[in-house]
This record gives sequence, structure tokens and C-alpha cells, in this order.
Amino acid sequence: MIIGKVIGNIHSTINHPFYDGKKLLVVERMETDGKAAAGYLVAVDRAGAGAGETVLVLDEGNGARQVLESADGPVRSVIVGVVDEINES
Amino acid sequence: MLLGKVIGTVVSTQVYKGLEGVPMLLVQPLAKDGAEKGSPVVCADGTRMAGPGELVYYEGGREAAMTLNPWFVPVDHAIIGIVDGVQAPQWKGGPA
Repeated sequence: MIIGKVIGNIHSTINHPFYDGKKLLVVERMETDGKAAAGYLVAVDRAGAGAGETVLVLDEGNGARQVLESADGPVRSVIVGVVDEINES
Repeated sequence: MLLGKVIGTVVSTQVYKGLEGVPMLLVQPLAKDGAEKGSPVVCADGTRMAGPGELVYYEGGREAAMTLNPWFVPVDHAIIGIVDGVQAPQWKGGPA
């Protein structure tokens, strides 16, 4: 899983049927110290995240389909948690 | 998934079985601020409704082929949806 920061959301009406009603957020990759890293991804939200929050993103297809309870959904990235704090030792 | 802009179409009549009739579009990947980033990729159009000039989101890898029916086809990038709008402070790419 990766740590990221929600920087926005996108909306779409024409999409694959699997994505009907699913919330899509734009997540910027983040270093553990909170700095923005290169890259971003668009992920389905399953944790009730919002703009500005630090989130845990699962970026693997089979796990994502398990979380979204679909055997054949074309999905790979899912937000599975909102991070409260990161302790790095 | 990543955001991209459709910049062209690719027409192919002799294709691997399962890919007959699947629209192929040239997609320019975009960075998180909407700027163009990297080289264009050819995406199968899972929506079958996207066209040049439109902002889309696409998936790469195994999941790309799963947008299609039949899904066991040699595809590594596919358009999942057409973006109506992006709400992000740093986004400068426009809605479409």
C-alpha cells in the first residue's frame, strides 16, 4: 500500500458500469515526512476520505476487487484508510 | 488510474481475436497539475464513447483488459471513463 494525500476529486457520467456511483479521488503520492512525492493516482474511495486528508491506498488489482466485492471490475487503486499519524523511527 | 487527454485515434483492421471493433485512442498522460507528462499511449476505449480532445481517466496493466468483453485480450491500457470535471486546487488542465 502507499501513503498519499487527497488533492481533489473528479466526476464523470460516462464511465465503465463498474464505476457507477463510485467516488473517485485524486491522490498525490507522499513521502513519510509529509512532503509531496512525484506522481499521483486516481483511486476509488472506500474510507470516506476528503480533500487534504492523508490516506492509505491499495494499488493492486486483486485486493482492490476483493475490497469492492467484484470478481471482474477493472479496478486497481482503492483508498482503504484515512491516516491519523505516521511515526517514523 | 491516471488522467489523460485523447489526442488522436488509431485504426487497425487486422487485430488479435477479441479486439475486433474495439476503438483505440491515442492518449497523452497528464501530471497532477494537468500538464502533459511522458509519451502518448494507445488505449482501448472501454467506454466506446471517448473522442479526441476529451479528458479521460485510464487504467494500465491487467485491469485494462477487464474493461472489455471478452476480457482475455492483449490490452495494457484502457479508458475507464470520460471526465466531466476535476476539482483540485493545483489542477490547470481544464474540465475537457
